[in-house]
Amino acid sequence: MQERIPVTEKEVNEDLLKPVFTTPIWWWVAVAVMATGVAAAAGAAGFMFVNGTGVEGINRPVMWEFLIVNFVFWVGISHAGIMLSAILRLTQAEWRRPATRAAEVMTIFSLGTAALHPMMHVGRAWRIYFEFPYDFGRGIFPNIRSPFVWDPSAIFTYLTSTVLFVYVAMLPDLAIARDRSTGWRHTMYYVLAMNWRGTPRQWHLQTVAGILLSSIILPIFASVHSIVSWDFGMAIAVEGWHSTVFAPYFVIGAVWSGVAGVITLLALMRWLFSAQKYIRPEHFDGLGRLLSVVGIGWFYFTMMEICFSLYSLEPSEIAFRHLQLMEWPFNMLFVLFVTTGFFIPVALFMKKSVRRNVAAMFWISIFVNIGMWLERYMIIIPGLMRKTGLPFSWGSHSPSPIELIIVTGSFFAVALGLLVFSKFFPLIPLSDAKEGEVLRAEIQVGKVRVPAIVRE
Amino acid sequence: MITPRIPHKWGMVVDIDRCTGCQACVIACQAENNIPINTEDRYIQRRAIEWIRIERYWEGVEEAVKTGDPSLVKARFIPVLCQHCENAPCEPVCPVYATYHNNEGMNVQVYNRCIGTRYCANNCPYQVRFFNFFQPVWPESLYNQLNPHVTVRTRGIMEKCTFCIQRLRKVERKEVKEQKRISDAEFDSASGMYGPACVRACPTDTLVFGDLNDPNGRVAKMAKDERGYQMFDRLGTEPNVIYLKKVDLHASESAHE
Repeated sequence: MQERIPVTEKEVNEDLLKPVFTTPIWWWVAVAVMATGVAAAAGAAGFMFVNGTGVEGINRPVMWEFLIVNFVFWVGISHAGIMLSAILRLTQAEWRRPATRAAEVMTIFSLGTAALHPMMHVGRAWRIYFEFPYDFGRGIFPNIRSPFVWDPSAIFTYLTSTVLFVYVAMLPDLAIARDRSTGWRHTMYYVLAMNWRGTPRQWHLQTVAGILLSSIILPIFASVHSIVSWDFGMAIAVEGWHSTVFAPYFVIGAVWSGVAGVITLLALMRWLFSAQKYIRPEHFDGLGRLLSVVGIGWFYFTMMEICFSLYSLEPSEIAFRHLQLMEWPFNMLFVLFVTTGFFIPVALFMKKSVRRNVAAMFWISIFVNIGMWLERYMIIIPGLMRKTGLPFSWGSHSPSPIELIIVTGSFFAVALGLLVFSKFFPLIPLSDAKEGEVLRAEIQVGKVRVPAIVRE
Repeated sequence: MITPRIPHKWGMVVDIDRCTGCQACVIACQAENNIPINTEDRYIQRRAIEWIRIERYWEGVEEAVKTGDPSLVKARFIPVLCQHCENAPCEPVCPVYATYHNNEGMNVQVYNRCIGTRYCANNCPYQVRFFNFFQPVWPESLYNQLNPHVTVRTRGIMEKCTFCIQRLRKVERKEVKEQKRISDAEFDSASGMYGPACVRACPTDTLVFGDLNDPNGRVAKMAKDERGYQMFDRLGTEPNVIYLKKVDLHASESAHE
C-alpha cells in the first residue's frame, strides 16, 4: 500500500465535508443541465399520460418496450449497493470503504428511478394503486400469483432497507456536519443526527445495526433481480423469455453492471471532489478484480442460455435466436453487446496497469453498461417480436422519440439525485475513512512495524 | 325462489377445411362489439384490433418458384380468436385480477379493473389480446350505431373476444325462464338466433358454437372428430376452441410428414 497517503482526522473532516459546505460553479451548471433533462422527461411522460400509451413505439406483439428495458437496467445498477456494502462488509474487504456510501446512494436513486418506469408504462397510470395490497374499498386483493405484484414488493423492500442502511451508516457523519454548520443546515443535521455524540454505547449500537442490516439485506440481494427476471421467465408464450436460468443470470448481470456503475461514479467523485487521497488506484484495482470474476461468470450464463435454447431445436426458439443473432439490426447490436459487455472489459481488467488507471476504468465501466443495457434490449424486444407459433403475427418494432426522451431523462434523474445528495451529505463516509486509517495504523515494536490493531 | 342455472361450458369448433378467408366474421365482430375502425395506418403500426382475425399463410411457394408452376401455391386460412383456455396463461400474470375464468369455461376481461400492464398480451401464445393505445374514436355518424349491450372501452386497457357474452346472457335468461337447456341449433349460423356474431355471419359454417357440456350438442360431437386438435396443445393451455384440420386431397404425401 505504498500509494496510501496517511491522513489525520482533521484532514478527513475538512476534505470530505468540503463538497458539502462549498458550492463550485460546475455544480450549478451540472444541476441545471440534469434538471433540464429530467424536466424534458417529465414533459414527455406527461404528454404520454394525456394522449395515451400509443405515443410509445409499442404495437401488438411488442407490448413491452424501452421503459421495461430501462426498468431492468436500473434495477440491475441498484445491485451494486448490496454487493459492496453488505457482502464486502461481511467479508471484511478493506478496500470497499470509500465506495460504500456512493454505491448505496446510487442504489437509492437508481431504484427509485426504476420504480417509476412500470408506473409510467401502464396504460392507466392513475390506477397504479390497484397493484398495491391496500384495499381502497375495492374489495379485491391484488393477484399474488402475478410477478407484477412481486416486483413492487421486492423493490420497495430493497428501497426501504437501503435507505435504512445508508442512514445508520451516516449517523456519525451527520453529527460531524451538525457540529460544523450553522443556520438551517445545522437544524437539519441536528434533527437527522438523532443526538449522536459518539459515546461507546452509540458506536456499539451503530456497528451492530450495520452488521445486522448487512445480513438481513443479503436475501434481498438474491431476490430482487430474480423476481425481476421472473417477469420474463414466467411468460410461457415468449420463447426467448421462458427460461429457468434467468434468475441467476439476471442477478450476476446486475452485479456486473452495478459495480461498473460504481466505478463510473468513483472516478467522477475522484475528479470532481478532488478526493485523490481517499479514492485511490487500489480501490479501482479491487473493483476491477472483483468485476473480472463477475464478468466471466455472467458471460458463461449468457452463452449457456443461448446453447440451452438451441439445444431444444424447437422451430419457434430457432426463429427467435435467428432474429436475435443473425438478422439486421440485431446481429450488429449483438456484436456490440458482447464486445462492449464482455470482451473489451474483461480483457482489459486482466491487466493490472489498466485496473490502476482511473481514466481507463471510467471508460471501461461505461462500456460495460452500454453492453448491459443492450443485453436487456436483446432479450426483451426480439423475444416479443418472435413470440410462439403464429408467424402471421410476428412483429417489428421502432422506438418513438417520447420513450427515447424518457430513457435519457432517467440517466439525468439518477445523476441529479446524486448531485443533490452530495450537496447535503458526504458521498465518502468520514467515519469509515477514519476507521480504515486506524485499522491500517502501524506501530514500531522493536525493529519491526506491525499493525496496531489485530482483527480476528 | 331462485331458479337454478344450467351449467354451461361454452366452446367453439373451427373447421379450417371450410374456411374461405372471406373475413365476414371479422366484420361482424367489429360491428357487434364496438371495435373502433381499423384504418390502414393502424395495420401498418400493427395496432389494429380484431378480436377474431384470419391468419393467412401461403403454402408451397418454394416449390412453385422451383418448378415455375403457380398453381402449387396454396392459401391457407386460420381464424384465430380468444381460445378461452381452461388453463389460461394470461390469468395468473394479471396483477389486478382484470382477467379471470368464469364458471362457464370462459376467460373474461373486466375493463374497470384493467390498468394496462399488457402482461397478459405478452403471455398469450395466440396473440388475441388487444390494447387500446389511444382513446377509441369513430366517425361522428357512427356513434349511434354502437351496440348498447357492449361496453365502449377507454384507452389504456386490454380487450379481447368475449364469445359475445351479451348474447349468451340472453340465452341464459331464456333457459331460466323455460327451465330447459337451449339446443345448439339456436347458435347455428343458418337457423339460430343467439350465437356469437362471428358464428352467425360465417357463410360456410366454419365456426360452430355451442355447449361442450351438452353431450348431444353439435359442438361436443364435432369436438371428438378425428381431425380435431387444440392450437399449441403442447403448452398445456387446454383451449375451449377446437380446430378441425384441413383435408387436402391434392397435397402430396410428403407435405404431411
